[in-house]
Amino acid sequence: MTDLLSLYRTMVRIRAFEDAAEIASQGGVQAWGLATSTQPALVRGPLHLSTGQEAIPAGVCPHLRPADLLTSTHRGHGHTLAKGADSTKMMCELFGRATGYNKGKGGSMHIADFSVGMLGANGVVAAGLPIAVGAAHALKIRKVDAIAVSFFGDGAINRGPFMEALNWAVVYQLPVLFVCEDNLISATTASGPMTAGHGATPRAEALGIASTQVDGNDVEAVDVAAAALVADIRAGRGPRLLHALTYRHKGHVSVDTGAYRDPEEVRLALQRDPVERARGRLDALGRGSEAMQVEAEARAEIDAAIATAEAAPWPASDEAFRDVQTTGEGVWA
Amino acid sequence: MSDNTTITLSYAQAAAVALAEAMEADDHVIALGEDLGRGGVFGQYRSPDGQPLAARFGIDRIIDTPISESTIVGASVGMALAGLRPVVEMRVVDFALCAIDEIVNQAAKNRFMFGGQGRVPLVMRLPIGIWASSAAQHSQSLEAWFAHIPGLVVVAPSTPADNYGLLHAALESGDPVIYMEHKELWAATGPVVPGERVALGKARVAHDGNDLTIVSWSKQVHACVDAAQQLAGQGIGAEVIDLRTLWPWDRDAVLASAARTGRVLVVHEAVQVAGFGAEIAATVAEHGGAKVARLGAPRVPVGYAPVLEGQVRIDAGKVIGAALALMKR
Repeated sequence: MTDLLSLYRTMVRIRAFEDAAEIASQGGVQAWGLATSTQPALVRGPLHLSTGQEAIPAGVCPHLRPADLLTSTHRGHGHTLAKGADSTKMMCELFGRATGYNKGKGGSMHIADFSVGMLGANGVVAAGLPIAVGAAHALKIRKVDAIAVSFFGDGAINRGPFMEALNWAVVYQLPVLFVCEDNLISATTASGPMTAGHGATPRAEALGIASTQVDGNDVEAVDVAAAALVADIRAGRGPRLLHALTYRHKGHVSVDTGAYRDPEEVRLALQRDPVERARGRLDALGRGSEAMQVEAEARAEIDAAIATAEAAPWPASDEAFRDVQTTGEGVWA
Repeated sequence: MSDNTTITLSYAQAAAVALAEAMEADDHVIALGEDLGRGGVFGQYRSPDGQPLAARFGIDRIIDTPISESTIVGASVGMALAGLRPVVEMRVVDFALCAIDEIVNQAAKNRFMFGGQGRVPLVMRLPIGIWASSAAQHSQSLEAWFAHIPGLVVVAPSTPADNYGLLHAALESGDPVIYMEHKELWAATGPVVPGERVALGKARVAHDGNDLTIVSWSKQVHACVDAAQQLAGQGIGAEVIDLRTLWPWDRDAVLASAARTGRVLVVHEAVQVAGFGAEIAATVAEHGGAKVARLGAPRVPVGYAPVLEGQVRIDAGKVIGAALALMKR
């Protein structure tokens, strides 16, 4: 079992990162039709926040090694930070700067750090699942001692690649952990009325994948469940699924206030905030001062990331033409 | 295998030999798709001696898959990111439409979108073309769709030698490659020189002539050569250029020929409207202003009955008609 303070540190870093990114996005997202200012935002475009869901990456990723590979969703800041990426290079990417992980070519929705095995956030729901099983397939063929993990939401289970990828993982007995972050909502529509049956767990079990359902807002429960599932996978017992029940505190994108949700539902969910709950546990354990220290460190880390990102250079314009393809490079029309 | 000794292979065998050589040379090369274990639905994963490649390389490297096109391509992207060099078999390009997200949004975009952190060395075999009354969903030629997508290379070989040499080049390119074999060419035989690569993006002159230029690719190259031979009997010299690669395409070869002949006819089996012929015709018109014409299929689905299928097929007679009309302009 991972030390609670360590789990808390990851959660607080994710929360601080996303809170800062949200502020930096104000005035942006013209494409969503909800621009709050004519001033261009520092973080542009759609910014999908995972606020309220931090316990899941925080509880899963301590059981991953650098060689393990991970695919994510459009809501991928938490997965990226928890896998070991640098918050400053991430923030630079959100700001669209040359010093970002993707040289300013991807932004929030495509945040990635291949050097720590984080193979990318993805703008297409369920797209990460087939990529993860392929990565796991390659690890098995190459006899590499590592596993793959794919995070996805409850909306993804209604896309075909979810079923295809789970079937594939069983057929080839691949070392892959599927993690469903079940936040009850698909973009801006409640998932329940859109989904037959009882979600990811029974669908996985129908294919013979052992699954664990867990309170995804209880970081210690996620940690314990993930430890067992990852141990099974590393022992060669095939794919596993973790179904983590959680709640997305914010709207679909940063400027979406989520006004379409029942205020009472939101109020109750905020009482189950995973960060507050972990903090309460630390207080009860007499570790409140350590928690405060962690919070101060996270704030300082993210303040520095914001300052660095704001001062960082834009990409050179010719970067628009680089990293496209090698064959025929230089011919764009 | 001894180099520089010409052997005779079918178009399907030539690809199988190239793949086997690549797999022999690099154990990161693998192939996956439906029905590969028994040698592929067209026998394109069988050695010339008839043995399935799976018997030689094992089922971990010649991988039979479920009918899961999205995941066949999506998994191959993950495999490529995790160090393999996959060859994907889609049986017919029509089935690749079930994997369009994985081809267009994932394979093609990965390198750029993630700022060059990774590359996707991936060859996707998407066979095209009208094939023996296979009707509307098994007969399409969709090369223009993929030529439109930044990040993809698009290849369309017309001969066994090119299928051998271009498949090697595609595997060596390190890029995501849409590799489009023609289903009515599988049994066509021709000379192949083991070890001989064909560079991507380089056209081939399939017939000499100075009066007009005919640009084509894939199976239609043969109809164009047939037409050029008949036109020669009428005193009209047609240079037939086999483009071989549609992206990047050999514009230098086409523009040089256009400058010499002053007339360019583009011939393809795909629907003419918004086909890749339009790109070539427009480029020729923008550079030097040779007279241009196109010959492609009418914008109708391919019908089943021979009389219906025949309406959209390109043959030497149609090429001659289009060439003579262009000569009169």
